Amino acid sequence: MSAHILLTLPILFPLLGVALCALFWSNKRAQRIVSLLASFGLLGAALALMAAVHDGTVLATHFGNWDAPFGIVFVADMFAAAMVLITGIMAVAIGIYGLADDIEPKENAFYHLLYQGLLLGVTGAFLTGDIFNLYVWFEIMLISSFGLLALGGTRAQLDAGIKYVTLNLIATTFFLITVAFLYGITGTLNMADLARVLPTLENQGLVTTLAVMFLMAFGAKAAVFPLFYWLPAAYHTASAPIVAIFAALLTKVGVYAIIRTFTLLFDGDAGYTGPIVAGIAIFTMVTGVLGAASHFDVRRILSFHIISQIGYMLFGIVVATPLAVGGSILYVIHHIVVKANLFLLAGVINRAGGSFDLKKTGGLYKTMPMLGVLFLIPALSLAGLPPLSGFWSKFTVIKASLDAGHIALAASGLAVGVLTLYSMIKIWNEAFWKAAPETAEIAMARWRADPKVRVLMLAPIVSLAAITLTIGFFAEPFVDFSMRAGAQLLDKSVYIDAVFAPTSQLAEIRP
Amino acid sequence: MEPVFAIAFGVMIAVAAYLLMSRNVLRIVLGLLVLGNAANLSIFLAGRLESRIPPLVPAGETALAGGANPLPQALILTAIVISFALVAFTVVLFQSAHRRLGTLDVDAMHEAESLSRAVPRKAPAERTLEAAE
Repeated sequence: MSAHILLTLPILFPLLGVALCALFWSNKRAQRIVSLLASFGLLGAALALMAAVHDGTVLATHFGNWDAPFGIVFVADMFAAAMVLITGIMAVAIGIYGLADDIEPKENAFYHLLYQGLLLGVTGAFLTGDIFNLYVWFEIMLISSFGLLALGGTRAQLDAGIKYVTLNLIATTFFLITVAFLYGITGTLNMADLARVLPTLENQGLVTTLAVMFLMAFGAKAAVFPLFYWLPAAYHTASAPIVAIFAALLTKVGVYAIIRTFTLLFDGDAGYTGPIVAGIAIFTMVTGVLGAASHFDVRRILSFHIISQIGYMLFGIVVATPLAVGGSILYVIHHIVVKANLFLLAGVINRAGGSFDLKKTGGLYKTMPMLGVLFLIPALSLAGLPPLSGFWSKFTVIKASLDAGHIALAASGLAVGVLTLYSMIKIWNEAFWKAAPETAEIAMARWRADPKVRVLMLAPIVSLAAITLTIGFFAEPFVDFSMRAGAQLLDKSVYIDAVFAPTSQLAEIRP
Repeated sequence: MEPVFAIAFGVMIAVAAYLLMSRNVLRIVLGLLVLGNAANLSIFLAGRLESRIPPLVPAGETALAGGANPLPQALILTAIVISFALVAFTVVLFQSAHRRLGTLDVDAMHEAESLSRAVPRKAPAERTLEAAE
């Protein structure tokens, strides 16, 4: 297949999903089928894209056959393809789970439409090679997430929605202003062109200023210290599948944008931004994990853990060696799988144990020992215990920072791992180990009475756990892929050459 | 012209920041609106101001000389549409929040936080719409 088709298909399937869901807005059954088919289509397209770029080629397509700096381009390197693939996996897994979980009473005409809209925005953000276009994909993703968050319309959700919407809108507008300044000093918006132009500018101080502004704009999206307040204020109010897709993808788009801009556009001034990012990474890890340690609601604990884990993903930007960038990529991939799985498990704890609040549930190990095992896989992986996926990703980023002499970074990474283990043990003790209160037994009886829901909810959890175990036990291909993707990110010329490769039809159109 | 636009941009950012720090959700919406327009102004400013010649290539020429830069205008058009849609959504969200929560004061809204406190905090004196006014 040509690069044009490979690069547009991952966008096309969610777009079709949105359109058809809007068409069948009164027919929930048709919407469910369309949504699931579109998710499978996205997964298939992502697999095809991955097959085309896994050997290190970078694909680019120019929309409307406009040559590179003038038209909009889509680019897929190994990192982008990996992110699209993991988006496809999440779309299918959480889509199946969403058929069963507590969407049903709240499900109105828009759940599937907004779900596909979210996937559309996320996939577009990963594939675009144009910085203004990135803003547009961000907005598509945001408006879908606003809708999903407010879907139930409960008092808590509306309250959370106000904080989430306001802070995210400010961050995105800030991003837009930064894009305007960037255009003002360079006269281009194409990321490959920017990578060529920015190092040649005389006023490098201005470039560093813009780098810090981008760091703030994307940092707010990625929920880094001190810009993460919207996340624990909002995430825990949504239902389990919605918060799982948020946790898996939304903050990672911010991380992706940070890694992309700081490897492609601003690599020259690591001396200025490096220490800032190092401080941000350390504080993000520590504050996030301390927040998690102080809470007793499963979803809140897990929300704070998203924040703390983002810190590890910034190691690659601080250290900027192939090992560190590759480690960051591996970390992002591992974390998406594990985090989504934990939120899906939180939904099961709520269904079978009666509550998200750990004080009101319990006894799950006695009644469902297999669920305990399924919980331990992602929980221990998140804490970084060998031989699970979290071990390899933590090991690579910490080894890379030790190699480069960033002792404080490595030490806080290790300490935060221990604290993560502490709060995971807290969930284990409360939800699985202690005796069940009466309310939990009633919920359990209801859970047992509905085998269809059990299958739909547990199948994605088992599959994601299997992915975690696969990365853990057969780490070599995954680590190898991440290392090559990291090396590719640091070698900007491949990306730039792919974008500026002449398109064959262009000669005929242009005089 | 640039200094005038730059100062206007700065003033709009300041106004937006002031409104956004307010406790009243209505002012927050207005702040978001002003902030969005400030962003549009910054795009316009970044794309050179001096020329007013329409960006049309004369017959027989292949390049445009001295014309206005059409790109910022295309960008602003996109940004206006997006920010308009988002502000419309925000107004609806805030309005239904006002209806459900009975207040416009963000300080009085802690439904989401009280969901799971390790130590439940005492319910503060209810700040209703009437009290805020």
